[in-house]
Amino acid sequence: MARANRPVSRRQAWWLLAGALAAFLPLTQQIPLWLALAAGAAFAWRAALTWRQWHLPPKWLLVLLVIAGTVGVFLQYRSIIGRTPGIALLVVFLALKLLELRAARDAIVTALLCYFLVLGQFLFTQTIPTALLSSLTVLITTATMLAASDDRPPPLMQLRRAGLMLAQAMPFMLLLFLLFPRVQGPLWGLPQDRYTAVSGISETMSPGSIAQLSQSDAIAFRVQFKGQVPPQSQLYWRGPVMPSFDGRTWSVRQTLAAYTEIPYAVSGPSVDYELTLEPNGKFWVFSLEMPGNLPADSALTADYQPITRQIVRNRLRYTQRAWPETLAGLNESRAVLRDALALPAGGNPRVRALADDWRRRHGDDGAAILATAQEFFNRQLLIYTLNPPLLGPDMIDEFLFDTKRGFCEHFAAAFVYALRAAGVPARVVAGYQGGEVNPVDGYLVVRQYDAHAWTEAWIAGRGWVRIDPTAISAPSRINSNLAAAVPAGEELPFLARTDMSWVRELRYRLDAVTNGWNQWVLGYNPQKQRDFLAGLGLGEPDWRSMTAALAVLCGLVLLSLTGWVLRNRMRVDPAVLAWRKFTRHLEAHGVAWHNWEGPQAFAERAAAQVPAHAQVIHDIAALYARLRYAPRPSPQDLLTLRQRIGEFRL
Amino acid sequence: MRLPELDAVLADINRIILGKERPIRLALACLLARGHLLIEDLPGVGKTTLAHVLARVLGLDFQRIQFTSDMLPADILGVSIFDRGSGAFHFHPGPIFTQLVLADEINRATPKAQSALLEAMEERQVTAEGKTRPLPDPFFVIATQNPAHQIGTFPLPESQLDRFLMKIELGYPDPVAERELLAGADRQKMVAGLAARITPQRLVELQTAVREIHASPALIDYVQALAAYTRTSPRWQAGLSPRACLALLAVARAWAAIDGRNHVLPEDVQAVLSGVIAHRLHPVDEVARSDPEGLAAALIEAVPLP
Repeated sequence: MARANRPVSRRQAWWLLAGALAAFLPLTQQIPLWLALAAGAAFAWRAALTWRQWHLPPKWLLVLLVIAGTVGVFLQYRSIIGRTPGIALLVVFLALKLLELRAARDAIVTALLCYFLVLGQFLFTQTIPTALLSSLTVLITTATMLAASDDRPPPLMQLRRAGLMLAQAMPFMLLLFLLFPRVQGPLWGLPQDRYTAVSGISETMSPGSIAQLSQSDAIAFRVQFKGQVPPQSQLYWRGPVMPSFDGRTWSVRQTLAAYTEIPYAVSGPSVDYELTLEPNGKFWVFSLEMPGNLPADSALTADYQPITRQIVRNRLRYTQRAWPETLAGLNESRAVLRDALALPAGGNPRVRALADDWRRRHGDDGAAILATAQEFFNRQLLIYTLNPPLLGPDMIDEFLFDTKRGFCEHFAAAFVYALRAAGVPARVVAGYQGGEVNPVDGYLVVRQYDAHAWTEAWIAGRGWVRIDPTAISAPSRINSNLAAAVPAGEELPFLARTDMSWVRELRYRLDAVTNGWNQWVLGYNPQKQRDFLAGLGLGEPDWRSMTAALAVLCGLVLLSLTGWVLRNRMRVDPAVLAWRKFTRHLEAHGVAWHNWEGPQAFAERAAAQVPAHAQVIHDIAALYARLRYAPRPSPQDLLTLRQRIGEFRL
Repeated sequence: MRLPELDAVLADINRIILGKERPIRLALACLLARGHLLIEDLPGVGKTTLAHVLARVLGLDFQRIQFTSDMLPADILGVSIFDRGSGAFHFHPGPIFTQLVLADEINRATPKAQSALLEAMEERQVTAEGKTRPLPDPFFVIATQNPAHQIGTFPLPESQLDRFLMKIELGYPDPVAERELLAGADRQKMVAGLAARITPQRLVELQTAVREIHASPALIDYVQALAAYTRTSPRWQAGLSPRACLALLAVARAWAAIDGRNHVLPEDVQAVLSGVIAHRLHPVDEVARSDPEGLAAALIEAVPLP
C-alpha cells in the first residue's frame, strides 16, 4: 500500500479543490446558506493551505468541525436522513475531507465523494442544463482522479485524457441506458421525500387563485395528438371539479374514486392523444373532455374528475381517447344533483332575486333558465381582466352588478351561483383551456397560464352541459389565448406575450428539445424500452434475454474498442508491404533480405549480386528509405514505389 | 543536406591517421552530437594524434591534460592566486578552459580529480570559489584510458562512464596502412602544416543542424525495439537506459549528417551502435566484453527492423 500512502502534491491538491468546487457549486441552491458559506470558507482555507504550504489543521479540530457540521444539519432538518439532509451532510464531509489531504488515499476518497455529489444533483433536478453541468463536473472529477495517480501532465492534457476515457465509456453508457432492464417508475424519484410545492391548480378555488397562475409560464403538460389538433375552443382539459361552495371558496368533493370504469356512454367523433403530465403534487390527471378511457391506476370521482391513486410526483405519460360530443350524466344520481344545488344560506340578495325571477318565468325548464342566464351575462358587459378589484362578503353580487370586472374564476363562480339559485344543478370545473402547438415538434404545450375555470349545468335529457361564462364576455380567451383576451397593458408572463416573435420562436425550439429529453431520456420506462426494442425487430424480450443482449453488446463494444486501439498500433505501412514484395522477389532469385537489414545496406549487397539491375535496386531502396525515414513522405513516392516494384523483374 | 566541409575534414584526418576511417568518423559524429568521447586503447596507436588533428582541422584551441594519481581538481579547473599588486585574488583558468581537451589516461587520477573533470564536462561550466564560469562553446573532451595496466588505477564507475556519449577503440592499423605510415612523412610536421577547414562558429552551427535531422516514427520504433531487446535478453546484465537511447539517436543523427542526409536511416543507427553501447551494455559473458563490435553485430541481427 505504498502508493496509497504517498503524500498529496500541491498540484493534486489544486485538482481536488477544482473537482470539489465543481461538485459543490451546483448544490449551493439546495443546501442552507450557512452551510454554503461554511463550505466556501473551508475551500478557501484549503486554497490557502495549498498556496502558502501551511500545515494541515490538527485532527481534533477536524473532529470538532465534523460534529458541528452534523449537528448543524440535524438542527436544520431535524434529521440527517433523506435527500436534502443527506446531501448537506455529504457537503460537510467533502469540505472537511479537503482539509485532511495527507495521502493519495485521501485524494481518492475526495474524488469519489465528488462523484457522489454529482449524483446528488440529479435528486433535485434532471433537466438538460443539469445533465450538461454534471457532465462537466464528471469530466473535472475524472481528471482529478487521473491527477491523483499521476500529477505530472499539464491540466489541459489531464482534461483531454479524462475526456477520452469518458468518450470510451459512452457506448457502454448508451447500451446500459437502452438495454438494462427497466423498472417501473422514474430513475431519480425518491418517494419518501415530501413533495415540495409546485404551482398548479389546487383543490379549492377562490377569487384570485387562478389569476395567480396566469403569472406562471411553467409547463403543466404536453400533448401529442394522433391526427389533427382540435380547434382551440374545444381544448377543455378537465381537472378538479368543484361542487361545494362555502360563500367564498369552491372546493372538490372529499370522497375520492367513484368509478373505475367510464360511467357514461361515449358518442360522436373521437380524438386520440398522448399526454405527458408534469408533476403537480396532487392527485390530478387532466383529460380532454370527455375522456373515453382512464390512465392506468386512475379513476373518476362522482363529478367525473379524473384522479390517480398516487400523488403525481413524477412526470406521467398516458394515452387517451376523448369524445367531445358525449352526453355524460344522463342518469345522474340524486346525491350528486343535490350537491350541485347546495348554496350557503343568505348573502348575495341581488343574484338571488334575479334567479327567483328566472325561476318564476321558466319554472323547471333548465334549458330555458340556462339560456336566460347566458343572455344576462352577455348583457352585463362584464370585463375580463387579470386585476379584478377586491370583493366584499357578497362577492357574486358585487361582481355582477358593481365592479363587473373579473377573471375566469369570478365568471364561473357567479354563473354557477346564479344557476343554483334558480334551481338548476351546476358546478365549477377547473382545468386548462387551450394550449399552444409547438411548430418544431408538433406537441401542444399547456402552461400554467392556460389554467381556466368553467361550469357545467345539468339539463334533463342532455346530462351535464359545459358552459363557459368567460367565453360569453371574452370570446377571444377561448378562441385564441390569454394575451388576446386581457386588456392591453396588463402584466403577463413573458412567454404568454405575443408581441415578440423571435422570443417565441426560440422558446418553441428550446421547448421541443426539453420535451425530447423528457420523453426519451427521463421518460424511458419499461413501455418505451419495449417499444424501442420492438422497433429494432426484437419482439417482446424479457429481462433475461435483455441482460444477455446487454452482455453480448458490451462485449462487442469492448472488442471493437480494443480492435481499434490494436489496429492503430499494428497498422502496417503500405510502403513496408511493397518493400516485402520486392525483397520476396529478390529472395526467389537468391538474394535473401535479412529482416534487420536497412534498405541501403541491402541495396548495396543485392546490387553487387545482380549488377545488371543495380540502378533499379538502388532507386527502389532510396524511394523506400525516403518513404519510411524522411520527413513528410509524399504519397506520390508511394505510388512510384509500387509501380517500380510492380515492374521489377529479374 | 550536403556538408562538403565535413568531407574535407575527414579527408584531412584520414591523410594523417591511416586506415582508421571508421573510428575517425565516429569521433567526428560524437563531436557533432555535442558529446564527449572516450578512447580505450593501447599507447601509441594514435589517440593523441587524433585529438590533435581534430583540433587543427576544426580550428579549435587544444589542451592536453595528463592525468596522474597526485592530481588535484585545481590542476584541471584552475586556481585563484593572490595578486600583490591589485591586492585581490585573481582566477587563473585551468587547462579545461579550452575548446578541445585531451584528458590522457583519465583512470590514473583519483576519483576526486576525475569527478572534477566529469562534472565540468556534463555541465559545461566550472564553479570555483563561488563563481560560475562557462566553458567555451564548442567544448569537447577526448579522454583516453589504458586497458592493459590496471594496477594502481581508478577505473571510472559506470555512472561516470555514461557521461561519455561514445567509447571507441582505435586498434592496430592494418599492414598496408602501417606500411604507408612507416614510409611516409613525419606525422608531427604534417599536423603542424594542417589548416583549419571550418571555424568554431560553423561547428556550433553544424551541431545545431544535426539536432534537426529527422528521425521518423519508424526509426524511433527501431531504436525502441533495440532497447527493448537488450532489456529482455539474458545476454546482458542490464538493458539500455532511456539516456542511452537518446545518445544512440543523437549520434545516428550526426552520422546521417556526415553522410549528407536530412534523415536518419537504420543503417546509421547500426553504424554507431557499437560506440554507444560499448561502455553501457555489459554482457553476461565476460569474454565477449572485449569485442564491442561483435556484440553490436549480434544485437543488430537479433532485432528485425519494424
